[in-house]
Amino acid sequence: MNTESMHQQERTELKELIYQLADDDFILAYRGSEWLGLAPHIEEDVAFSSINQDMMGHASMYYHLLEDLGEGDADRIAHLRKPEEFRNAILLEMVNGRGTYLDKPDYDWAFAVVRNYFYAIHKQVRLESLRVSSYEPLANAAKKIMMEQYYHLMHWEIWFKQLVTSTDDARQRMLIAVDKVWKEFGGVLTLGPSYGEFVKAGLIEDEPLLKKRWLNRIEKVFKETGIELAGEPAIESGNGRKGEHTPDLAEALATLSEVYATNPASGW
Amino acid sequence: MQAGLSFEQLTNDEKHQHFMDRINRGEKIEADDWMPDDYRTSLIRLISMHGISEIMGALPEKEWVPKAPSLHRKLAIMAKVQDEMGHGQLLLRVAEDLMAPLGKTREDIMQDLFSGRLKFHNVFHMEAPTWGDAGMIAWLVDGAAIISQSMMLDSSYGPYARALKRICAEEVFHAQHGESIILALAEGTPEQRALLQDSLNRWWKSLIMFFGPKSAKETGNSNADKNIMYKIRTKTNEDLRQEFFTKYIPRIWALGLTIPDETIHFDEETRMWVYEDVDWKEFKQIVSGNGPRSQDRLDLRRRSYDSNGWVRDALAAQKAI
Repeated sequence: MNTESMHQQERTELKELIYQLADDDFILAYRGSEWLGLAPHIEEDVAFSSINQDMMGHASMYYHLLEDLGEGDADRIAHLRKPEEFRNAILLEMVNGRGTYLDKPDYDWAFAVVRNYFYAIHKQVRLESLRVSSYEPLANAAKKIMMEQYYHLMHWEIWFKQLVTSTDDARQRMLIAVDKVWKEFGGVLTLGPSYGEFVKAGLIEDEPLLKKRWLNRIEKVFKETGIELAGEPAIESGNGRKGEHTPDLAEALATLSEVYATNPASGW
Repeated sequence: MQAGLSFEQLTNDEKHQHFMDRINRGEKIEADDWMPDDYRTSLIRLISMHGISEIMGALPEKEWVPKAPSLHRKLAIMAKVQDEMGHGQLLLRVAEDLMAPLGKTREDIMQDLFSGRLKFHNVFHMEAPTWGDAGMIAWLVDGAAIISQSMMLDSSYGPYARALKRICAEEVFHAQHGESIILALAEGTPEQRALLQDSLNRWWKSLIMFFGPKSAKETGNSNADKNIMYKIRTKTNEDLRQEFFTKYIPRIWALGLTIPDETIHFDEETRMWVYEDVDWKEFKQIVSGNGPRSQDRLDLRRRSYDSNGWVRDALAAQKAI
């Protein structure tokens, strides 16, 4: 499928899906970039910032797809939309911990590992489906992203398994983080109100199918590490795919657009 | 070396002579080779200070990473700061090898940083309040770093010379990234140009200080002279500062910016730049942890070290299994 042969309705659905993909990566990469200089050791600082940089690159690829679909300048899309126009899952916008990245950060590494690991598994599942998307530019982007995603997934898997099978203290902290992430992960797994249309247009596979794949993989890891599965992941704080968000997103957007917003028309 | 005697049987003076002969022949010293104690301590001081400066140097730029004003700039500054961290890691590895015979580890480096015994570059104690500073740091601070590090590419200590080779190659990209930010601002609105001039005014004195005092007279410190004797470095602080001026002053002027030093000019007779020297007592104050942002940035490091203590314990326990 290409943009010329697409009906207006299909175009709208396609853009809706790409906004989800772009905003998920964009906001989590932003949260990751706040960790810079604060990771548990210098080697991890290097690796984590490389992952965030990749992820920001993925967001940029998606924003450029939207630019090609007539949504306007990619920088403007990334920096100037209102919070309610963002389609990322709420879990991914949540702050890293107490404090800000500049002022007394008290960040939670367990939360960082669990959030990134669970998201990386989902991203992998989602990309495997997008690889055969009916919209070719999206399929091509997915193939490119998968090459890097493989290493991200491996990275977080090592951290997850190491920390969850180490000291009692570490395991306790990790289990608390698993609980916290579980309460919101339904918001990552959902494709939002239009998912039926995405599937009809062949853009991505069915939501329950993708969810099942993610759960299967999680179950395997949980079994290996002796963690009990607590039913289906929930959507406690709202559905970001519908534009529902927390103040954490508004605060993040104000920071990441602070310079750009002073003069969007100017070159930077 | 005398025939029939193994190296271990030589007196310390003979070993020292043998070592100096190697250096003077241009041979590279490796981590496991015999070396005089003061050569080792000079290297540890220099390389751990360089390594920790790269790591602390990520902090002022970190302030601008989330705020970079376009997707392209966000990606570029993320890559740049990641490189700096990578340099820090590479250099600390080199320092760790040198410290191993003294029974010291990375942990000692971090504790020395927190206690103020291990110093880091003056520039990273300063404030970076605008996006113009993100450009200025990458352009002129990294530009200054390239000049001072390039001189050590042929350092007598092999592992340091090899690490610098990679570091300098990446620093060239950083300076280009900085120059690109600077050019965009210089060609932008009057507000953007003002941002740039303001930033240059703020950084000029720190850039002069970056290369260190002209001689031991100013701060009573003679590390530079010893490092030259051991061929760890080849030029004096003033040589490097002059090189920096020659390379960058014309570029700064070409952008229409004003250097905040009315006296600065090139003296055709001495073939040297004449400039207003800085107060080296202030420099000493800054690198001793009394710069405007010294304690805030150290506090960020300490705080992350403390809140991640449980992760270190968990990894250590894993290793023990």
